[in-house]
Amino acid sequence: MEATDIRILLPIIILAGGILFTLLLVAVKRNHLLTFICTSTTLAASLITLCCMTYEKSHSFGDLFLLDRFGLYYQGLILLSTLVVTIFSYISIRNFYPEKRKEEYYLVLMLGTLGAAMMVVSTHFISFFVSLEILTISLYTLISYYRERSKAIEAGLKYLILAAMSSAFLLFGMALIYSISGTMSFQGFAEISFPLTSMSSVIIVAGVGMMMVSIGFKLGLVPFHMWTPDIYEGASSPTSAFIATISKGAMLAVLLHFFIMADLYRFKSILLTFTIIAVLSMLIGNLLALRQNNIKRLLAYSSIAHFGYLLIAVIAGKEIGLPAATFYITVYIITMLGAFGLVTLISRSNEEAMDIEAYLGLFWRKPILATIFTVILLSLAGIPLTAGFMAKFFLLTAGVEESKWLLAFTLVVGSVIGLYYYLRVIVAMMKKDENTVPGASLSRISYYAGVLVLIILGVLVMELGTSPAWLIDVINGLP
Amino acid sequence: MILVWIIILLIGTGLLAWLASGWNTFLPRLISLVGTLIYFGITLWLWLEYDPGIGSQKWIISYTAEWIPAFGIQFKLVMDGLSLLMLLLTSFLSVICVLVSWKEINRRVGFFHFNLLLELAGITGIFLSLDLFLFYFSWELMLVPMYFLISIWGHEDRIYAGKKFFLFTQASGLLMLLSILGLYFIHGQNTGIYTFDYEQLLDATMAPQTAFLLMLGFVVAFTVKLSTVPLHSWLPDAHTQAPTAGSVILAGLLLKTGAYGLIRFALPLFPEASHQLAPLAVLLGVVSILYGAKLAFAQTDFKRLVAYISVSHMGFILLGVYSFNEMAMHGVVMQMIVHAVSTGALFIIAGAVYDRIHTRDLHQMGGLWRQVPRMGTMGLVFVMASMGLPGLGNFIAEILILIGSFQGNFKVLTVIATVILITATAYALRIMQKVFYGKEHKVWEIPDFGIREMIVMLSLTSVIIWLGWNPSSVFRLSKVPVQKVIQKINIPEYSQGEEMERIDRDNIYNVANFLDIKYVAINKGNQAQKIIKEVNNTYGRRTEFETINYLPNSPDIEQAEEFKKRSSKTE
Repeated sequence: MEATDIRILLPIIILAGGILFTLLLVAVKRNHLLTFICTSTTLAASLITLCCMTYEKSHSFGDLFLLDRFGLYYQGLILLSTLVVTIFSYISIRNFYPEKRKEEYYLVLMLGTLGAAMMVVSTHFISFFVSLEILTISLYTLISYYRERSKAIEAGLKYLILAAMSSAFLLFGMALIYSISGTMSFQGFAEISFPLTSMSSVIIVAGVGMMMVSIGFKLGLVPFHMWTPDIYEGASSPTSAFIATISKGAMLAVLLHFFIMADLYRFKSILLTFTIIAVLSMLIGNLLALRQNNIKRLLAYSSIAHFGYLLIAVIAGKEIGLPAATFYITVYIITMLGAFGLVTLISRSNEEAMDIEAYLGLFWRKPILATIFTVILLSLAGIPLTAGFMAKFFLLTAGVEESKWLLAFTLVVGSVIGLYYYLRVIVAMMKKDENTVPGASLSRISYYAGVLVLIILGVLVMELGTSPAWLIDVINGLP
Repeated sequence: MILVWIIILLIGTGLLAWLASGWNTFLPRLISLVGTLIYFGITLWLWLEYDPGIGSQKWIISYTAEWIPAFGIQFKLVMDGLSLLMLLLTSFLSVICVLVSWKEINRRVGFFHFNLLLELAGITGIFLSLDLFLFYFSWELMLVPMYFLISIWGHEDRIYAGKKFFLFTQASGLLMLLSILGLYFIHGQNTGIYTFDYEQLLDATMAPQTAFLLMLGFVVAFTVKLSTVPLHSWLPDAHTQAPTAGSVILAGLLLKTGAYGLIRFALPLFPEASHQLAPLAVLLGVVSILYGAKLAFAQTDFKRLVAYISVSHMGFILLGVYSFNEMAMHGVVMQMIVHAVSTGALFIIAGAVYDRIHTRDLHQMGGLWRQVPRMGTMGLVFVMASMGLPGLGNFIAEILILIGSFQGNFKVLTVIATVILITATAYALRIMQKVFYGKEHKVWEIPDFGIREMIVMLSLTSVIIWLGWNPSSVFRLSKVPVQKVIQKINIPEYSQGEEMERIDRDNIYNVANFLDIKYVAINKGNQAQKIIKEVNNTYGRRTEFETINYLPNSPDIEQAEEFKKRSSKTE
């Protein structure tokens, strides 16, 4: 380890140190606010060191990690979203779950972030697997953190069983690939030369297929999507936001890395499988969302569809697919953070505002929140002036450029179906509220802080929807 | 830059109106009225400033700025005669809309005006943008405010109608986006320049089949807006359920964006494919005329009836556009304007009746003339306009479309359309009989039009009469754009690689017209160029040349000689 190595790993080291420090702090003094401040300071410090770094060339640690601007960007994205999640977690825990154990939540949250931040720079099966497990195990805890809520335990257990199984698939797939290539690095996979014997080509496709099961599970793609709605519903809103943004975003980064470094575009059968998965996800995700009355389940099903859209960019290849996917996931993360933050703020004292009924007449009760939510929903639907439109446009561009007409058409069909259920929520917000539900008994400061964060997110969505040139420039400079 | 200011003005006024609603409900109305009046003033000023005599310049005003350079997307706003006409219409109707909503809208006044003005900004953007991305952006942008207008301030079935409107237009819009992207990449791969700039994409070349498919994306989007049968089913619901101002905008402006899109984008971008589509398009146009008229006659809901009249009238537009004839195209432009005025006025009357008796059911009405003579008179004027009474603008539009398309390739269908015109009398007179004449089914005690409403109606009336007597003021503006489209659409079909040395009758006519404006478009180094040179030399003219191509299967040098004679006569 040289000095430069440490300098480059500094954000991750700060994060890990922050976790240890917070652990000790909790042991010394239990204080919710203090832990929160400690957590957000750690994240902010990590983020600042990250921003100070300018990679001119990429820096690799053996085969294990590759720190380049791509990884840096995703790390920044993950840290930023964790910061937002932390703020909403504080609001949520303080107001809705005044229980005894508040502080450990932040530890687990940071641990999950650490796993995600390592995952996006990993270029080796081992580092990938270890960081994935750090993330996943944190998620088990986060999901079932409020064990007084009946659904939390159920959701946590469901996730545990399914995630453990998908990890097993992942390991088996890796082993199969290792048996042919003799190496565990992504790069090594690319060096497998053609022509393969029929046997070894079958083994490789089987291996990648098994890995795909696990990756598909993490991204919530059809047919591995069953867990998404239950877990979104069972977990608290900030945790759902964590899963929707950080866990999935990190997995997408790994997928992109894997696809490009291992050059999976050589295998027609793999591309075909991904195409089928993408089409199914877009259609089934949107169709299942149609009849949902529960906002969190609706967002869960819509996330299935959105990751189906994202696969278009993954399939489209490195040149245009990579920036398109990165832009899309950035926008998606912003909107999802906003959506779940909103659910947190609208919540009532003992339960979260999950049912669509809770949103009736929101436009006239809380115009600011309702306007932001409208912007977010329109962005998810991909309507102009919002970032979602630009993102979808970027994806379509990628699809059309590579002549993936089937995928492009499915995206169009999916968007139209999707529009229907987003509109339902907007319509509900505009209706008269017959049953005036008492609003949340939030403390003033945390409420306004939450609203402020939401306004920032909402403005960001509009800003990216009208002048996205700067972000596109940043993203195009990544690889 | 003034074009950008117009859009900023509209959005700014909308925001200001929304903010002002915090104080009282009068302020938003006043702000919106002032904003739209300024808008109207600006367009009037542009119109008076513009001298079509110097028509050789490409655009009246243009503004270009970088937007997303990575994709070759520009913020390109451009105005020519056609856009100017559409802008005049938009600004005029926007003042009307604010005035009409003065008493009708009592809930969430600020938010209503915000949506109204945002909608107008989107429509203005459509009429001005010449970057395909910006065009699509505005195209989609106008959906959301209209959706809100329908589903917040509409009538009883507003939620259903709003959703249907949104889904239809959004789905067709996305198909257009696919086509735009396809065009973008084909042009980019051919030339290496990736751009959404309309003027550059005009030169894109591609295989005929690809062109046809890409064109379908555009045409579907435009015909959904135009509510051509069988894509019309959103229209009756949306028109009926929307508040009066919403109906006026829908009928007056939103439908026109479809027609405008066909003229501006679908035809010039895909000339060959348009020729292939023409028989089907004209057939659908005629079917729409008949179907709309038939259903209008059968309606018992006042607003629904007027909505079906729109379907019928929009059929004429399709017929005119796809007969590729200059006269018909002028008729189409005229039809866009007069339909906006006459149908808008009918919707205002329907809204006014609804406001007073709270029903749109024709069976409940009858004999209203005695109660509301002024409303009845106004109704009579616009009913007559709708059925195409000479002296009013609609007559000019329809007659030009019919004569023009009869000169084209679809004589039988044009004859059928002319015969169907009789049905217009039936449905139009039915309005008068059911609403204003006939037995009084109930005795209503209702007030007549007040001063505000009379101002609105009289201004609409004066416009429709003025257009009927002075249509050339419209054609002066639309001449150059229409001729450009017609020239672009009449393209060569090179037979066996032979270079065309022939001139076609229409084009000679065009050349003659163009002489007035010192701008000529002719064939590659052929006979016509010589002729123009001769004309130039003989009469001391300085006609500019541009090389374009012509229809092949047309007569020849004799006609050129004939042209020479004709132009010497005019001299």
